[in-house]
Amino acid sequence: MAMDLSKATFWGYKRENGRVGVRNHVIILPVDDISNAAAEAVANNIKGTLALPHPYGRLQFGADLDLHFRTLIGTGSNPNVAAVVVICIEEQWGKKVAEGIAATGKPVSYFGIEQHGDHDTIMRASKAAKEYVQSAGELRREERPLKELWVSTKCGESDTTSGCGSNPTVGNAFDKLYPHGVTLCFGETTELTGGEHLVAARCRNDEVRKKFQFMFDRYQEVVERHKTSDLMDSQPTKGNIEGGLTTIEEKALGNIQKIGRKCLVDGVLDKAETPTGPGLWFMDSSSAAAEMVTLCAAAGFAVHFFPTGQGNVVGNPILPVIKLCANPRTVRTMSEHVDVDVSGLLRKELTPDQAGDKLLESMFRTANGRLSAAEALGHREFVLTRLYESA
Amino acid sequence: MIHFVVHEEGDGVGVVVVEGVKVGQQLTGWIMEDDKDVMVKAQSDIPIGHKVALRDYQPGDTVIKYGVDIGKVVAPIRKGEHAHVHNLKTKRW
Repeated sequence: MAMDLSKATFWGYKRENGRVGVRNHVIILPVDDISNAAAEAVANNIKGTLALPHPYGRLQFGADLDLHFRTLIGTGSNPNVAAVVVICIEEQWGKKVAEGIAATGKPVSYFGIEQHGDHDTIMRASKAAKEYVQSAGELRREERPLKELWVSTKCGESDTTSGCGSNPTVGNAFDKLYPHGVTLCFGETTELTGGEHLVAARCRNDEVRKKFQFMFDRYQEVVERHKTSDLMDSQPTKGNIEGGLTTIEEKALGNIQKIGRKCLVDGVLDKAETPTGPGLWFMDSSSAAAEMVTLCAAAGFAVHFFPTGQGNVVGNPILPVIKLCANPRTVRTMSEHVDVDVSGLLRKELTPDQAGDKLLESMFRTANGRLSAAEALGHREFVLTRLYESA
Repeated sequence: MIHFVVHEEGDGVGVVVVEGVKVGQQLTGWIMEDDKDVMVKAQSDIPIGHKVALRDYQPGDTVIKYGVDIGKVVAPIRKGEHAHVHNLKTKRW
């Protein structure tokens, strides 16, 4: 019998703005590459805090700069984060990021390195971080209704078993979560190539369909403009091909299994944009695992479903990534990375409904505090999407 | 024992879901959507996750999987042979 979700709850941290998180991180967020050293020093000084180093933030402009800020502010605003210390070279940029995060009501402060140096900055930032981490430790989980959980998905190192096993399992779970008002998200724009008509057909109305088609066409144009081959070195990837996937169309049709059979696409988001209501959202995004998961975290998602075939090991610093796999060889050789083994699907030992329930059970346990495999193994890939060269 | 799975009736390829399929081996397939069985004799060694052709193909033919076009045939494929990048290419990009 399928899981009854009508009265389902999870235990989460209710934040100042009403959103509910399932982790309680205090993050040290560098605005730019050269603030990484100070951010990591603060995280080393103050136990229980987490630095999010990354290589960008200098001389970006236009839409690329907007995306940079949206991603950093979104990351700090995510309900899995209790408080934020922002570190930057130029104080104005730190102020901008901190003010964006402060709109959620959570504790945040910023520190500029210029005119101070690393030592003084690390000392000042460490004092703030210490207060935050001590206060965060006093926050308690509350029982919250299922609809307050935001769930995103993206698959990686896919193979043919993804399309017949792990991706349909996510689809089954999404179909079960959708009627209960959960906020859901998928993306991977180029990885819909060959199946884009199926996604378009699932859009709630013409307005959503038009927006989806715009995002899809925009990304195709990027591929057309820059490609030097039929992309057989990139899409499908070497790992996909090793796993038996032959063409982008085949990969896309497997990918699309993640949105199930019943739920409609209710809206379209730009990269790292936050949904404005419940339902299934399409986010225009890269198909590279760490980039896409980082964008989901920045959009405010609290739990992530990650089906894999050949064994992608990705994680995220603030968003628990739950891995599921239907390839019996991967489950055997990379078991430490797999949270949910659905290989029984391909032996008829597990029905799609049972597989979906198994994933949902893992979702509730992870939301309630169990570390996902990627969290326990220390996978904290924080990868910002760039749109073009710096100025 | 299921050696390969097929998404739906009418698909021209199946996915091998066991390790060590060898040429000459009689394979049992499961059509998932219709819950039916299908048999094919392997004409190649086929790794787990890779596709077995369920019919003969000539260059220019379209291969259907999930009931949808997944690309064009660029070298002849016999029923039971391994279908992959050496004989099947994208129609996009």
